[in-house]
Amino acid sequence: MSVLVFADAPHGKLAKSASETVYYGKKIADKLSSTVTVVTYGNIDQATLAALGNYGASKVLVNPEVTDENDQTLTALCVEAAAAESATVIIFSFDPTGKMLAPRISAKLEAGLVAGAIAIPEMEGDTFVVRKNVFSGKAFADCAIHTDIKLISLMPNSVKPVQTDAQASVENFTPEITTGKLRFKELKAISTEGVPLTEAETVVSAGRGLKGPDNWGIVEDLAHELGAATACSRPVADIGWRPHHEHVGQTGIAIRPNLYIAAGISGAIQHLAGVNGSKVIVVINTDPEAPFFKAADYGVIGDAFEVLPRLTEAIKKFKASN
Amino acid sequence: MKILVCISKAPDTTAKISFTENDTRFNEDKVQFIVNPYDEWYALVRALELKEQHGGTVTIVTVGEPDVDPIIRKALAIGADEAVRINAAPVDSYFTAKQLAIYAKDKNFDLILTGKETINYNGSQVGGMLAELLELPYVSVARKLDVNGTEATIERDLPAGTEVIEGSLPLVVTCAKGMAEQRIPNMRGIMAARTKPLTVVEAADLKPLTTIIKYSLPPSKGAVKLIDPENMDELVSLLHNEAKVI
Ligand SMILES: Cc1cc2nc3c(=O)[nH]c(=O)nc-3n(C[C@H](O)[C@H](O)[C@H](O)COP(=O)(O)OP(=O)(O)OC[C@H]3O[C@@H](n4cnc5c(N)ncnc54)[C@H](O)[C@@H]3O)c2cc1C
Ligand SMILES: Nc1ncnc2c1ncn2[C@@H]1O[C@H](COP(=O)(O)O)[C@@H](O)[C@H]1O
Repeated sequence: MSVLVFADAPHGKLAKSASETVYYGKKIADKLSSTVTVVTYGNIDQATLAALGNYGASKVLVNPEVTDENDQTLTALCVEAAAAESATVIIFSFDPTGKMLAPRISAKLEAGLVAGAIAIPEMEGDTFVVRKNVFSGKAFADCAIHTDIKLISLMPNSVKPVQTDAQASVENFTPEITTGKLRFKELKAISTEGVPLTEAETVVSAGRGLKGPDNWGIVEDLAHELGAATACSRPVADIGWRPHHEHVGQTGIAIRPNLYIAAGISGAIQHLAGVNGSKVIVVINTDPEAPFFKAADYGVIGDAFEVLPRLTEAIKKFKASN
Repeated sequence: MKILVCISKAPDTTAKISFTENDTRFNEDKVQFIVNPYDEWYALVRALELKEQHGGTVTIVTVGEPDVDPIIRKALAIGADEAVRINAAPVDSYFTAKQLAIYAKDKNFDLILTGKETINYNGSQVGGMLAELLELPYVSVARKLDVNGTEATIERDLPAGTEVIEGSLPLVVTCAKGMAEQRIPNMRGIMAARTKPLTVVEAADLKPLTTIIKYSLPPSKGAVKLIDPENMDELVSLLHNEAKVI
């Protein structure tokens, strides 16, 4: 019996989410008096894999022959690993690869899946009860998984991993699997020098109040100073002021950073749906009646064109003195 | 080309979220239902564009009870050719996917499109499960889909960039933003939709793998703390000392 964690390794790089999913898996394994095995793929150096022990993995199975995120290949790899390790729990990250794999494996094993979990499961006998976001973050649902094997995909930024200096053993794992039919052609890198939005701990976001695409410098300056990712409201992406991948909200990406700073965004319910999982929200808006203030922890009633540069300066000062 | 688009009903994005029956059911009272935006704006419209380019048919399918018929008519008004309703309340993703798979098996669809996720359950599950049950390749969260003969080219956004994937039909693809532009049904479409075929098929008797046992609402935020726009040092100090986020 073990807890299996699938760690994604797109294009030869172990995903940052692995620290969270391994740590989450370890929390479950402790409750079950069992251990965590990680399954991953690609050419990743031993030291990086062994370091997953820091987050609670006992063993890492790696298949260096698999090099792309092929849905059918990776499904077969996970199913083989689950069988080899007699896994009763399989953990994924709720990211594009997790969204591709977890449902396939759920159907293949007829094992119940909770997608987008935000907390460690409660265990009631043989049943797991897992909390997840529903209604685009406007509510939570506690979902019971009834099957013997339980699948959970974890919403990024839902746990805070604690590190130890333990190391995992690393083994090559190359079972006989048939390769999937899709062909992976290329990765067109997007020009984010910064952090990917879904993984960012701090996000600076702006809306129509910024008046035009040429005014985003003050948003980027603040984000740069904070090591933050940038985001935007839907109309801003729709009119092409900002790229679509920055659109957060009910019909964009849902994010849960520690700090979300919104400037010139009114705070429509569809926008809030994508950001109300943020730990702390700061709103900058000229209109004291803007609905966003109701969802904010800190509010600044003022002109973004003045407040943003001032905030950037204050952060610089703070960094210099700390 | 034979295209199947899976659509789901979803509460209007401004709907008040509350629960009944001891917080075990979503309170549908006074809630307006719409076609799940990802299914309508992206999956359905892209299916129609592909049909316009290559010929063929667009069938919509939903697992739902008779109350979903109005949203089925809306999807037909946008341009789908025919609709199928599998008559059951969708109790979990696996239940839904399996009903869809039983229907789609042996119907030789070249392409099966779903939305990225339903805005009520946010699972992103049904498409992948359906692909596995039909033993078809699957691309999640796609933002571009082109078809040339029997070959498809798909793009999807990953944190690291845009991935370009090729595959032979048949395929299952879940559609996200970028795929197509929303279409508003016109009067002709609405009239035509009234007489387009809507077939109701009986659902298989299946057990769900998961159940929602309780809903809850997030704790409401305390009152917002207002900060003098001239004094950003104070904000930084609060974020550091009080909120501990920088
Ligand atoms: C089905 C559906 C789905 C949707 N999904 C999403 C979604 O996923 N994400 C999303 O964001 N929206 C979504 N929307 C749109 C949403 O309803 C709002 O229209 C949108 O969020 C508004 O964007 P905004 O706040 O940038 O613009 P506005 O509403 O125009 O607000 C601009 C704000 O800027 C303030 N402002 C103006 N000048 C300044 C200044 N100099 N300094 C500071 N503040 C200033 C104004 O007071 C105002 O509050 C959706 C809508 C529908 C119907
Ligand atoms: N009851 C349903 N009937 C038909 N298709 C559905 C149903 N529920 C979900 N889907 C499809 O599956 C997609 C993903 O749903 P979900 O897994 O619930 O996030 C939706 O965007 C729809 O295309």
